[in-house]
Formats: sequence, structure tokens, C-alpha cells
Amino acid sequence: MARYIAKRVILSIFTLWLVATITFFLMFMVPGGPFLSEKTPSKATLEALNKRYGLDQPVIVQYKNYMINFLKGEYGESLKQRGRTVEDIISSGFKVSARVGGLAVAVALCIGVPLGCIAALNRGKWLDNTIIVIATCGIAVPSFVVSTVLMIIFSVKLNWLPTYGLTSWKHYVMPVMALSFYPTAYISRLMRSSMLEVLGQDYMRTAKAKGLSQFWILFKHALRNAILPIVTYLGPLLAYTLTGSFVVEKIFTIPGLGNEFISSIINRDYTMIMGTTIFLAALLIILNLLVDIAYKIIDPRIKFK
Amino acid sequence: MSELNKKLTLHLDVSDFLPADEEEKQSLVIMRESVSFWRDGLRRFRKNKIAMTSLVVVILILLFAFVAPYFYPYSYEQQIRGSENLAPMQYSETELARIEAGEKVFPHILGTDSLGRDIMIRLMIGSRISLIVGIVASALILVIGSIYGTIAGYFGGKVDLVMMRIVDIIYTVPDILIIILLMVTLKFPLQDLAYNNPNFAWINKLGVGLICIFIVFALLYWVGMARIVRGQILSLKEMEYITAARALGASHSRIIRKHLLTNVMGTLIVTTTLQIPSSIFTESFLSFIGIGVAAPMPSLGSMASDAIDGIYSYPYRLMAPAIMISLIILSFNLLGDGLRDAFDPKLKN
Repeated sequence: MARYIAKRVILSIFTLWLVATITFFLMFMVPGGPFLSEKTPSKATLEALNKRYGLDQPVIVQYKNYMINFLKGEYGESLKQRGRTVEDIISSGFKVSARVGGLAVAVALCIGVPLGCIAALNRGKWLDNTIIVIATCGIAVPSFVVSTVLMIIFSVKLNWLPTYGLTSWKHYVMPVMALSFYPTAYISRLMRSSMLEVLGQDYMRTAKAKGLSQFWILFKHALRNAILPIVTYLGPLLAYTLTGSFVVEKIFTIPGLGNEFISSIINRDYTMIMGTTIFLAALLIILNLLVDIAYKIIDPRIKFK
Repeated sequence: MSELNKKLTLHLDVSDFLPADEEEKQSLVIMRESVSFWRDGLRRFRKNKIAMTSLVVVILILLFAFVAPYFYPYSYEQQIRGSENLAPMQYSETELARIEAGEKVFPHILGTDSLGRDIMIRLMIGSRISLIVGIVASALILVIGSIYGTIAGYFGGKVDLVMMRIVDIIYTVPDILIIILLMVTLKFPLQDLAYNNPNFAWINKLGVGLICIFIVFALLYWVGMARIVRGQILSLKEMEYITAARALGASHSRIIRKHLLTNVMGTLIVTTTLQIPSSIFTESFLSFIGIGVAAPMPSLGSMASDAIDGIYSYPYRLMAPAIMISLIILSFNLLGDGLRDAFDPKLKN
């Protein structure tokens, strides 16, 4: 087990370094610079600014400096939002994204898992068919469509919910619904098929033959085994709620990390691009690693290799 | 009585030892006519009502996107002055005057947008872009992924180890981040190439955004395909018929082409079909956040994005691209599921 984890951690660190390096050089290949967009500054100011942020040096030297500073824990200042450090912007943006994303994951699990179980237990009946139809349609609808349809219904027609900002609980309703729509549909499909597989196993019959109550059979024997595929899906799901949030954050103008990332690329805010990329990549890689390890702990049949 | 007598005598009847004629042979054959893998799969596919319906819908969408625009009197970039912001089936004043004068004016079935462009034709061309992205990207992924996976699986050992480690690394790279970065980065050098080098003028015809999407998808998404193909090849290459082919002196490339690839064909088709909707999904997402296909070329994602600005006044404008994209993804998903049910040997029973 320790060997497996060590191997995965080393691979993760290598991937992270690779992503950081690719990003760094890609970033400098994009024409334009952070100080060019609005009013063109005078040549002297530009030179002074470039010198101050070390942008006058060759890219390789800048790369070396960035990596050394990064390992020291200095991520620099944003080139666009003067006076704010990258850590500051990332942590405030991440708090917002994590709140919306976390709620969406919770909603998806709380609705998707029971729906999948209900469908499996009523196999072939109208309830099962309805759930399948809804779930199949659900995975075909992109999040921007869900968001905008919600907006038309709840804001334009009914005027119940606000369309932008994030100050009261009302503001959370639509972004969370939009973000959890696809994963809810996906989880219920996944849960249904894995539950059906488990229900057909021999140990289910044994449990029934032992005289266990329906409740115990379902919760202790069926659910624990059927939930395994959902655990593997959690990694990609968390990744989805963070990256899918690019769209949802844009539509509902939420000041989250996804929004920061896109605007930093458009503004050529080099330090912010590096900071957000490394942060998001690390987050996704760590989540996937944790999920893989958790999976192997829950399911003792899987051997560590 | 005579029957019994006959059996008890030692006298041999010559007619019992004559070779069987055709009719007798036929009556002894219990097997039905052998059914090939494809025929069998096709039969199962035809029986699946949902899959057949989705196939029909996919064909209708293809006709709508590739054939219908030729018969439509407006073009996607044509701005009709005086016809801005029309509701579905509404005519502008100048058009009404022309109708009064006895001219025939084709109606704007879905209305026009704020620049006076007909929304119906934009929907058709937008669907065409989405389908092109889905199909071309999936084809690229199919070619790269299957070649890579086959080589890794077939040669095994150290080759496999190194090749699959590379796949593992690309697999862990967060795709959306790199896609957004690459899209922005690739755009300028490609534009440069298209304008300054006459050999690359075709880039402009297709649009820089589309080429970027193809490159990005080809770079990142082949890994899933490679993994699936490798897994199949690993188990297939242990089969007896491969050993037999090798014993007969077949070369590596012949074994791969004639024996291995033909046997993973079913899996390849299914995975590619299911890859199409997911490519379309990503493209619409990129166009929606404004870094996909560039204006004036419409894409379903960018049309939805444009519609959001006028959501209070013209909410119906959003519905057309929204329904279209969902329909495309849904029908391809169902078609892929149907193909998997029909061609996956594991699901045969």
C-alpha cells in the first residue's frame, strides 16, 4: 500500500511539474502582454514595469526564477489587479467556487443515489422508466443550457430569484441547481446499473435466506457494494464541478476561481495564470489520488499493485 | 414381425452401406446457417427501437445541417437591414411592403437576431459546425488512440510500460485548463500562418477556431481510446489464432491489421460513436465562454451565449440552440448505447 501511494505521489508531482512548465511556455507564446491592453503606456513606463516584474529577462531565466520562488512559497503579485497577491485572489475565489461546487456535489449525491436505488428496486415499472428517461435526457443537456433555462423560468418569468451576485441564499439556488444537474443524472444512471448488478448476486439471496429484514439487506449488503462505482466517479465529479463552474460562474457572474482563471488568460496576467493553473491542477490531481486510495480501502478485493 | 426378423438375421443389406445422399445429409445438420459478427450485431441493432429511432434522428440532423442550407434563401452572415430583432415568422416593414407589391418573401422561421441575421440558417450552420467538430475530432482520436493502443498492447513489455506511463500522465492533466490555454495560444500563430503563407490559406476557410479545437482534442483526448484498445489487444494477442498466424510466418503488421484490428472493430466503433457527443459538448462549452469558433461563424454554443444578452427581451432565441444541442447529444448518446448493446460480445445475452 505504501509503495502504491508513493508511486502515485511521485507521478502526481511529475504531472504537476509538467503542467506548470507547459503552461509557462504556452503563456509566453501568446502575443501581447499584461500592460498593453487598455491605454498603451509610454515606452519608458513599459520598460520600468517589465523590469519591476522581471519580464525583461529571457523566458528561460524567468522560468527558473518562477520555479525557485514557487518552491519558496512566493507566488508573486497579480500584474493586473495591482497590490493583490496571487494567494489572496486564489483563496477568495476558491472559497466561493468551493461553496457552490460543494453544495452541487452534495445535492447530486443526495438526489442521484436514492433515485438510482428506487429505479433499480422498481425495475421495469413506470417509476423506473420515468427515472431512466429523465436521467438519459439529463446527461445530454450542457450546463449552460440548464443555467439559462433556469434563468428564464425563475428570473425572467417568475421573478423569484436574482440573476447575478452571491450575497444571500437565494443567489445560490440557481448556480447550484445548474451545476448539479448533469452529475445528478449521471449518478442515478450509474447507481441504477450497479444496484441491479448487486441485486442479482448470490450473497443477496443468502442474506434473504438468513431471514434478514429488507431494510438491513438493502443498507448493509446491497448499498455498500453498489456505491463503489459512485466513489470512483467522485474524483471526476469534483473536477467537473470546478471546471464546469467556468460556465456557471460566467452566466451568474459569480466571483469564483473559474472566472478568475479565464479573465487572467484574457488579460495575460502571467502570475495569475500560473497560480490558478497550478492550484487547480494540484487540486484535481490530489482529489483523484485520494479517490483512488479511498476506493481501494473500501473495496478490499482490489489489490495494490 | 418381419422387422424383427430382419434385425436378427446375419444377412447384410447392401443399401445400408451406400453413401448418404444430399437430402439425408441436410437432415442431419443441426446447425443453423452461420451468422457473421456483423450480421448478428445488425440484427440485434434493428430490433432495438430506441437505437433505430436515434439513428433516424441523427440522419435527420445531418440533413438539416448539411443539405438544408443549400435550399434556404438567406445566408448565415447576411445582415438584412431593417429586419433586426424580428420575432419568429414576423416580417419587417420593408418586407411587408414587398409582399404587398406581390413579391414572395421567405419567412424568418425563427426570427432574426440583433444584427438582422436569420436565426434559422444560423442554427443550421451552427449544427453543421458542431457535427464537424464531433465527427472530425472523434476520427482523429480514433486514429491516434487505436494506433498507439495497438502498438503498446501488441509489443508489451518495456514498450508498453513506457507508452502507458505517458498515457497516465496525459490522463491526469486537467483537460479543461490546458484546452483553454492552448486555444488562446494556438490562435495567433495559426492566424499568422494563414495570412502570410499562401500554402496555408485553407486554414482561413475552415476557421482558426475549428483547427485549434481539432489540434487540442487530438492532443488530449486520444488517451481514453488508447487505454481501451490496449486492454483489448492484450487479451486478444494470447488467442490461439494469433499463435497460428505467427507460426504460418505472418508479419507483425499483417497480424495487427488482419487479425487484431478486425477483432477490436466493434469496440472501436462504439467508443468513437460515444466520443462524438462528448466532443460536441466540449466544443459548445468553449464557444459559449467565447474562445471556440470565431464570429461571424455561428456555433450552437456562441448562439446561446449571444442569446443571454437579450434574455429579458427575447428569451425564445435561446431555446433554438439549446434544444438543438441537447437533441444532437442525446441522439448520439442513444445511438452509441444501442451500438454497444448490439456489438459488445459481453452483453450478448
